[in-house]
Amino acid sequence: MGAPRGLKGRSLLEPGDFTPGELAELFDLADEITESPERYAEVAKGKILAALFFEPSTRTRLSFETAMLRLGGQVIGFSEAQSSSAAKGESIADTVRTVGCYSDITVIRHPKEGSCRVAAAASDVPVINAGDGGHHHPTQTLTDLLTIRREKGRLTGLRVGLCGDLKFGRTVHSLIRAMRVYEGTEFVLISPQELRVPAYVIRDMEERGCPYEETQDMRSGMRGLDMLYMTRVQRERFFNEEDYIRLKDQFLLGAEQMRWAPSSMIVLHPLPRVNEIAAEVDADPRAVYFKQAKNGMYVRMALICALLGLAAR
Amino acid sequence: MEVNSIENGIVIDHIRAGSGLKLLSHLGIDTRTDTVALIMNATSGKHGRKDIIKIENLLDVDLTALGLLDCGATVNFIEHGKLVRKIKLSLPERVVGVIRCKNPRCVTSVEPAIPHVFLLVDPDTEEYRCEYCDESVRVNER
Repeated sequence: MGAPRGLKGRSLLEPGDFTPGELAELFDLADEITESPERYAEVAKGKILAALFFEPSTRTRLSFETAMLRLGGQVIGFSEAQSSSAAKGESIADTVRTVGCYSDITVIRHPKEGSCRVAAAASDVPVINAGDGGHHHPTQTLTDLLTIRREKGRLTGLRVGLCGDLKFGRTVHSLIRAMRVYEGTEFVLISPQELRVPAYVIRDMEERGCPYEETQDMRSGMRGLDMLYMTRVQRERFFNEEDYIRLKDQFLLGAEQMRWAPSSMIVLHPLPRVNEIAAEVDADPRAVYFKQAKNGMYVRMALICALLGLAAR
Repeated sequence: MEVNSIENGIVIDHIRAGSGLKLLSHLGIDTRTDTVALIMNATSGKHGRKDIIKIENLLDVDLTALGLLDCGATVNFIEHGKLVRKIKLSLPERVVGVIRCKNPRCVTSVEPAIPHVFLLVDPDTEEYRCEYCDESVRVNER
């Protein structure tokens, strides 16, 4: 199987950048790579991925680096802004333009919203948004969608619950933007009043006529769900520590809460978790968040192949 | 009150009453030496009251920005005492460098030399969104 042709040379800045058809091709490729990784072990030989992480990351950065290494390519970059020229006051555009001279594809994580768009405008090579502040995280969305497709067998007709920090949770914003295009999607948004989804995310759902409900009651919100997407309340997004402490433990998922859930409801989490999912849930077959992490590597391998136009030999 | 017609220049008519000063300020004509007239609260058959601006010897204006400030106004271009072009302003689809994004988390707050770009979301509510961070703004609330 070759890489989806329409994606070669393009960037991925937000989930809506790819059509459902292009996503389906990408997920088919991820399935193929998962089944026959040896066929893809050297497709990126001679290619270099630049990983520009202006903000700390463990799994996204390692997932991208592992993906490139498993494809036979190499990785350059930095993992914090202090070890880059940003510490000297260099602009994002200049950093990306310069690094694009050395590499074939650029992955960027930056705390400012929309930073990836500045990067893509300055770059001659494809740019992948690995998280721009509290805005979007499209490769986590690819991971989420691939996991849902594998676990539920479809992406249509799903009742999707999202719980926790829906205001600053970029993975939530991206997942809603991606899933609203699939027929029959319904959203249940479970969050404290202060951490409700931003207006533009509400607009995203309304534009597509997606039914949604907002609630602060986890028990009623879980009724009839096909999947529950748990998120962490992120300390680093708060200007005020008191607000963080007040809100962080409002929605916790433990064995008791799992008894309220349908037997077919899967639980996803972008990770890392703190305490919002108790360790006792890990053994529940409905908990798929560690499978999700592995899927993330495969879908990033597929994405790199697609944007660079690499095909199995 | 009588204001003479102009030979060459523009007449911005049907400005929402009370918005004339804002438009005039945006046009940045305070350093010009040509004749400028701002008529406030003139009688209008359509709206009851309206503002009108007349500027002599100015033909080059930013219609995008004017449309954003008052999409109901019209701009008449006068040459040799004759009306040569009339444009009804409308809300622009894309606005560059006029609206500033107020989201402190937006990349425009730190990146030098990038323009603030807003895209029209809903003409009825005059709502725009920042191209970078999606922050929305209603133009009359700025």
